[in-house]
Amino acid sequence: MRTRLIAATAAAFAAVATLPLMAQQPKTAADGIAEYRKMLEDGNPAELFEAKGEELWKTARGPKNATLEACDLGLGPGVVKGAWVQLPRYFADTKKVQDLESRLLTCMQTLQGFDAAEIANTPFDRGEQASVTALAAWISSSSRGMKMALPQKHAEEKRFYELGKRAFFFRGGPMDFSCASCHGEDGKRIRMQDLPNLTKNPGDGVGFAAWPAYRVSSGEMWSMQRRLNDCFRQQRFPYPGFGSDVTVALAVYMGVNAKGAESIAPALKR
Amino acid sequence: MKIRHLTALALLCVGTAHAQSAKQLDQQADAMMKASFREQGIAKMDRVEQDAAQKACSAAKPPPATVAKKIEAQQLAAIKWPSDGQFIGDWKEGEKLAQNGRGMTWTDASATPGKNGAMCYNCHQIDKKEISFGSIGPSLWNYGKLRGVTDPADPAQAAIVKYTWGKLWNSKAYAACSEMPRFGHAELLTEAQIRDLMALLLDPKSPVNQ
Amino acid sequence: MPDPMRIRAQAAGDKTTVRVLMSHEMETGLRKDAAGKTIPAWFIQEVTAQLNGKPVFAAEWGPSVSKNPFLQFVVKGAKAGDKIAITWRDNKGETRTDEATVS
Repeated sequence: MRTRLIAATAAAFAAVATLPLMAQQPKTAADGIAEYRKMLEDGNPAELFEAKGEELWKTARGPKNATLEACDLGLGPGVVKGAWVQLPRYFADTKKVQDLESRLLTCMQTLQGFDAAEIANTPFDRGEQASVTALAAWISSSSRGMKMALPQKHAEEKRFYELGKRAFFFRGGPMDFSCASCHGEDGKRIRMQDLPNLTKNPGDGVGFAAWPAYRVSSGEMWSMQRRLNDCFRQQRFPYPGFGSDVTVALAVYMGVNAKGAESIAPALKR
Repeated sequence: MKIRHLTALALLCVGTAHAQSAKQLDQQADAMMKASFREQGIAKMDRVEQDAAQKACSAAKPPPATVAKKIEAQQLAAIKWPSDGQFIGDWKEGEKLAQNGRGMTWTDASATPGKNGAMCYNCHQIDKKEISFGSIGPSLWNYGKLRGVTDPADPAQAAIVKYTWGKLWNSKAYAACSEMPRFGHAELLTEAQIRDLMALLLDPKSPVNQ
Repeated sequence: MPDPMRIRAQAAGDKTTVRVLMSHEMETGLRKDAAGKTIPAWFIQEVTAQLNGKPVFAAEWGPSVSKNPFLQFVVKGAKAGDKIAITWRDNKGETRTDEATVS
């Protein structure tokens, strides 16, 4: 009888011990996706583009057979580290506020003799457009972990912030979408894709601080120009020119709002 | 001569140091929106020409209540009610439309209404079975049930049926700055397609009302 | 000449973790282009690894492996300074070998 009592007590304890496990909350769909994305983090194919970009910077190319090593990205000729987190900014030589991609076009033309307008009209991932994307991947990787710190000293930089803000709230197209339609509030998502609020700092490695990025779903490396282009496509707008004022102005608006956010570019996206 | 130069210089400094006025920036932004885009595929430049409703809602802050009310009245007056008086279609087709987010981009072949999806799940929860839903709009789960719609043909429920049609046709008739596209007004969907969405929301047999 | 791989090999005690990122389209042969034509299959079929010239890993891959594949495996008995060489061969007969030093 005592043996049976001990056995019964042991069984009772065993049953109690398993209860907490059974009472655990089921994983939400969002948790599952976050876990899956964490597993993918290692081995970001963006590294392949970083390697290509570094090679393109240091290789003599184009009609002038020159490298890009004298290109001024805002911190002086040839200074790459830290340049990404201060773009877009005003450049005295072109008298324009420029983002990374349009600045690369300037350098590819003046230093290497390429035709900037021709590259701007080339579809993404073709010809020298692919070079611009690879360069963007490498240049942004050189600022990984640094905090967004776009300058707002020059009058043009301030003006572009104001233009970017107006562009952000511009309702248009057959669906009346603006950037703010999706990115104007906290805690929203489209289907299962979380949407950062870009009217303010959405946090480290989010929004502006997460591009350029490698998109697993299409196996493509996307620069911010490409990201904005596809945003406008989804908004049912007409086609934004590569490096056009609206794209640079929006980058200034988002980048200044993200001041202090840690850049994780080039990142990995679905 | 030296004084004239100094005065000119002073004026120049004042001119550049002076921030642009809000109105000037608005004008520059408008010009930028026109100049930065080009047409591509079915996406033509008329898409960056704003109507009154879009224009009034293009700021960080909503327009004043008087302006909003005026827009809502204009939009309500423009609603086209079903030509045959039939409000309800097939909920099975409605669910397919709600799942389909295609159409109207520059990579789509046609701008014809019949070819587009209604993209509802992008922003709304609808049938609880579908876990991949957005949160830009409110949940529509049990839409008809919660509003006591047991028979959409019942005259006692005509108000809700009419409101639902109106909201799908032109959301801005009820909220001037609604983020929801104006599916009928902007010719995104046909009457038949909107009838099917109506059924998804209001048919007591629809999975949404179980 | 196919694009280079990125290889990292880190020793922790007796176990060395090798991480390889390969640049390859990995076309399944089931996709169709915009004109409706099937895009021909083009994928890595064989991956091998050598530690100081000695084979330590071999894999047969098929079209289910994704574009720009990432491979990670653990090898025993390696130490800092050893050479890891990775070779892939695809269904067109193209091949690429890259080398890294265990750190």
